[in-house]
Amino acid sequence: MFTAAAVAILVTMVMAIIRAVKGPTFYDRVVAVNMFGTKSLLLIAVLGFLIERPEFLDIALVYALINFVGVIAVMKFFRYSHLGLPHAGDDLGDL
Amino acid sequence: MNPVDIFIDIFLLLLMAAVAIAIVRSHLMFAVVMLSGIFSLLAAVLYVHLTAVDVAFTEAAVGAGVSTLLFLATLALTHVNVEEKHKPVRMVPLVIVVATGAMLIWGTLDMPHYGDPEAPANKHVAPRYIQDSPKETGLPNMVTSVLASYRGYDTLGEVVVIFTAGAGVLVILGRGRRRWRPGVKDEDGDNAEEERA
Repeated sequence: MFTAAAVAILVTMVMAIIRAVKGPTFYDRVVAVNMFGTKSLLLIAVLGFLIERPEFLDIALVYALINFVGVIAVMKFFRYSHLGLPHAGDDLGDL
Repeated sequence: MNPVDIFIDIFLLLLMAAVAIAIVRSHLMFAVVMLSGIFSLLAAVLYVHLTAVDVAFTEAAVGAGVSTLLFLATLALTHVNVEEKHKPVRMVPLVIVVATGAMLIWGTLDMPHYGDPEAPANKHVAPRYIQDSPKETGLPNMVTSVLASYRGYDTLGEVVVIFTAGAGVLVILGRGRRRWRPGVKDEDGDNAEEERA
């Protein structure tokens, strides 16, 4: 049961990688990475039950948080080239 | 290890190899950044599978999170998004890399197996930590007793290194934070407008 789930998740991971490699637009790649993060946390959760350490579920939850914040940061950076408040003008050297 | 675990390990390693080849062969820098994030996530899953959960956390937070952002920031600053055309494969470096890799793999052959209780690393001081650390340090958690007591100076050194690195990053990045506002003098006392011009 868990083995089948793990294999299915691995197959989905391959598809996400294919989209990240081929993806013609930026957004394809960002969504592919986001989806890959989701798949990796699902795989961690399933692996926890496969190797009989179900507390891996908590780790998968924290991965979900990291993934969420990471993708928001990437999109924000993409929109504003900046992580602080949105601002106008080219301010080189300011991170 | 049961066959499913071995299959998942090998599959993840193959995926990592495929992603690495895709990174090397990609023309678009943005794709390289995204693929390196995927590479870090794959490594994190592998570390979790090896039950090295803390290492996996660091890999996911630093490798997939912060370094992706730093790469994007670099791309935004340098305005370079397409790298040069491929050069033809040069044989001598390829042979050297393959030979070095083969030698490294050969070097691992006589190492003890993963999780082997007879391995020297598990024979050296680990039994003492397991048997005596609650008595000697009074801490119920074995990892904490090793980090905070047996290797206390080592941990102190690590904290000093991380603090110094953080202070250095703040000093470098903090310089760009100063905003120009009309009529406001900055900390040095001279007019910010003059300094900008």
